[in-house]
Amino acid sequence: MDKQKLVVVGNGMAGIRAVEELLKLAPDLYDITVFGAEPHGNYNRILLSPVLAGEMTLADIVLNDLDWYKNNGITLHAGKKVTKIDRVKRLVIADDLAVPYDRLLLATGSTPFILPVPGKDLPGVIAYRDIADTEAMIAAATNHRHAVVIGAGLLGLEAANGLRLRGMDVTVVHLLDWIMERQLDQAGADMLQASLEAKGLKFLLGKQTEMLTAAPDGRNAGRVGAVRFKDGAEIPADLVVMAAGIRPNTALAESAGLYCNRGIVVTDTLQTYDPKIYAVGECAAHRGTAYGLVAPLFEQAKVCANHLAQHGIGRYQGSVTSTKLKVTGIDVFSAGNFTGGDGTEDIVLHDKNGGIYKRLVIEKDKLIGAVLYGDTADGGWYFQLLKEGRDIGAIRDHLMFGDAFANNHVGDVGHAGASQAAAMADTAEVCGCNGVCKGTIVKAIREHGLFTLEDVRKHTKASSSCGSCTGLVEQILASTVGGAYQAADRSTKPVCGCTDFNHNEVRHAVRSMKLLSMDAAFKALDWRTPDGCATCRPALNYYLISTWPHEAQDDPQSRFINERAHANIQKDGTYSVVPRMWGGLTTPDELRRIADVAEKYKVPTVKVTGGQRIDLLGIKKEDLPGVWQDLGMPSGHAYGKSIRTVKTCVGSEHCRFGTQRSMSMGVELEKMLFGMWSPHKVKLAVSGCPRNCAEAGIKDVGVIGVDSGWELYVAGNGGIKTEVAEFFCKVSTREEVLEYSAAFLQLYREEAWYLERTVHWVQRVGLESIKQRVVADAENRKALHQRLLYALQGTIDPWLERTQGVARHEFAPLPAPIDINGEHHVELA
Amino acid sequence: MSNWHKVCRLEEIPPRGSRVVPHGAGSIAVFRAADDHVFALRDVCPHKGGPLSQGIVHGHRVTCPMHGWNVELDSGEACAPDHGCARRYETRVEDGEVFLAL
Repeated sequence: MDKQKLVVVGNGMAGIRAVEELLKLAPDLYDITVFGAEPHGNYNRILLSPVLAGEMTLADIVLNDLDWYKNNGITLHAGKKVTKIDRVKRLVIADDLAVPYDRLLLATGSTPFILPVPGKDLPGVIAYRDIADTEAMIAAATNHRHAVVIGAGLLGLEAANGLRLRGMDVTVVHLLDWIMERQLDQAGADMLQASLEAKGLKFLLGKQTEMLTAAPDGRNAGRVGAVRFKDGAEIPADLVVMAAGIRPNTALAESAGLYCNRGIVVTDTLQTYDPKIYAVGECAAHRGTAYGLVAPLFEQAKVCANHLAQHGIGRYQGSVTSTKLKVTGIDVFSAGNFTGGDGTEDIVLHDKNGGIYKRLVIEKDKLIGAVLYGDTADGGWYFQLLKEGRDIGAIRDHLMFGDAFANNHVGDVGHAGASQAAAMADTAEVCGCNGVCKGTIVKAIREHGLFTLEDVRKHTKASSSCGSCTGLVEQILASTVGGAYQAADRSTKPVCGCTDFNHNEVRHAVRSMKLLSMDAAFKALDWRTPDGCATCRPALNYYLISTWPHEAQDDPQSRFINERAHANIQKDGTYSVVPRMWGGLTTPDELRRIADVAEKYKVPTVKVTGGQRIDLLGIKKEDLPGVWQDLGMPSGHAYGKSIRTVKTCVGSEHCRFGTQRSMSMGVELEKMLFGMWSPHKVKLAVSGCPRNCAEAGIKDVGVIGVDSGWELYVAGNGGIKTEVAEFFCKVSTREEVLEYSAAFLQLYREEAWYLERTVHWVQRVGLESIKQRVVADAENRKALHQRLLYALQGTIDPWLERTQGVARHEFAPLPAPIDINGEHHVELA
Repeated sequence: MSNWHKVCRLEEIPPRGSRVVPHGAGSIAVFRAADDHVFALRDVCPHKGGPLSQGIVHGHRVTCPMHGWNVELDSGEACAPDHGCARRYETRVEDGEVFLAL
């Protein structure tokens, strides 16, 4: 059967992105033909400004070179303008060509708005839209002196800045009283104007252009010579750049009889009124909005491709956008509704001399808009709050001071700074786990046209291990790809490439549909891959067993090797064994057995861990059951997304300062939690007095004894980023310590996403909401406690089971293969 | 010339799992995909030598437990954007018996 034919009109970022997404989903479904008016492959239009400014070259901004089209079997007609669509015969007509289509994708972009004034057609009058315009500006800058940019929006200012850097005398003319009025309020705009003036730009505001006049006789005869305004004033101009806005390019669609209203009107599946014809990008009007920024175009491209691939599960529901000005050395960020109105309030920070202006617009405890000037490091965070519509009531006092301060991060400030990323040397290390420096990341982004954090992780491995440099990598992405970058929205992000569902949706489905096995889940949720991947399988397995304890089937093949082998794999493929020492307590007998095991199995390294136990490192996998047998101690679960340890101090059992019996409290807690699987590892500590020798302040649950009872702290973390635990509540009895701790941890088990530590879960849902459900609501607390106890009922020590023969195949290698001629195989490799 | 060698019964390898077969100085990982296809690779990840046999098997791929490289089971090639190749061995399954060409 012949393949279906897909024709794409428009060879720009939106159209080609849709094709790329389509190739990922259904590489062989269509014969693809692409028409582009410009004689190039696809390039990153957003980066024309850095090219104009001389910071990048044209070669740097190519996203898909001609080989890409060839390698993907795409026919490209570059430099051919489509003149007509015949919807009856399903033909696209360009000059002498007529190409049939089964599906048509319009991505015709936008056209610059040219002021209808006399002289608009004079040589030297251009728009700022494509490579040709950029080249014309670069040429003009070498031969001419006076440039006038009409329009002080994003594009106009970037053009003006580039021309100024290329040595021209630049005046920006604007009809309104302040610049970038669509992105900035007046206070922010005035500061921006002042710093642009300091760079040598001139501004004429509130000026209406009447006409462009030709130069008198001489070298420039016939070329534009001056701009005259309605008030009679006139300024010299050898180059006029019209940057007064863009209009969706709908001419072709309209001529084909497709319904257009400020753009080609499309549905949530990006289809026009003719369902065989799709439209994405700046030419499309979705729910009344035509987007001029790249991030929404990419979202549209994804949904459109999904529909073209006949998956039909995506739906585009509009985008909240943010903008950033790409003028080196000037940081401007704005998002959402920054002008406010009835029922909104402003929080403003205005430091004129310091060059910092921040305005946050709030409506009913939600952030609805933000303007940042001078310090945009927290732009991404505000944008996230805005998009997710999070309740900021609890952090309102600190909101203005940014993520690091509001969320009490320690040591995160440097990692989040935009200016830091831009100022870093190419040789500076970004990812300490994988040894990736900034230059490598920037190079990968440019060479492979990367736009997302996931892409960068795949190509460079940066931020793919511990994740602590994620903020920094995001900033590098933002500064390298400009406005094309949009921080991933964590709450709506799919679990992985195998599904479009996010963690919440998967969890909800597991519960509401009572899914009890991996295969049932793949089927019910329409997984794209037959059996998932290494990212989704462990998550799904956890959701199954945590939601339906004693009912769901635990799938060892969906667990990471450590949890399958019940030991920690080491770099050389050997394993480490950490037997449990309840509350950090041990006996001479246990120590003797550990010593015997270490000798018998020639354990190369014996180490005391941070969790108050002993680690035997370098054990061969096949020796594990024997080691466990000889130790005769239960598993320490040092390898699991599970309860790890309960660290204790000596407490009032021995200590002269101790006020509570912390060792026995720790042992009780640890025994209660034994065998508990959780979204990520869980560590506890119990200290017997406020001197807190057990370091309870950096544990998932920290318990500190005081004279009148116990204080509970939660969501601390001593790892990647030290996070100090927050005070949760104070209780008087040991039974209460057990009940409150269990309830908190059960809520975490039921609600956190897989691989989310308590601290990140608490930051996401808010400590107040957790306190409400655990501390204030006694009935709910008791129910949570009971659910945890039920889940852990009958837990068997996994080591004991395995010494008795469970999962023997996991540990025993197969015998040497037998030559089928009957000969035993002994050849050396 | 390679000879066919008998390794084990198919059911001795867990579906979406693997077993390790000693071979000379190293080992061979024999994988069984969910669809009962059997593959064999040298048990050494092309990245930093991690034991592929210990990875999570999904589709006809395995994810190395060390640093998460994905390796195609039928060719031994690392999945893009990574580059590298683990040596592969021919396999066949006959009457529930797994054979390996060595």
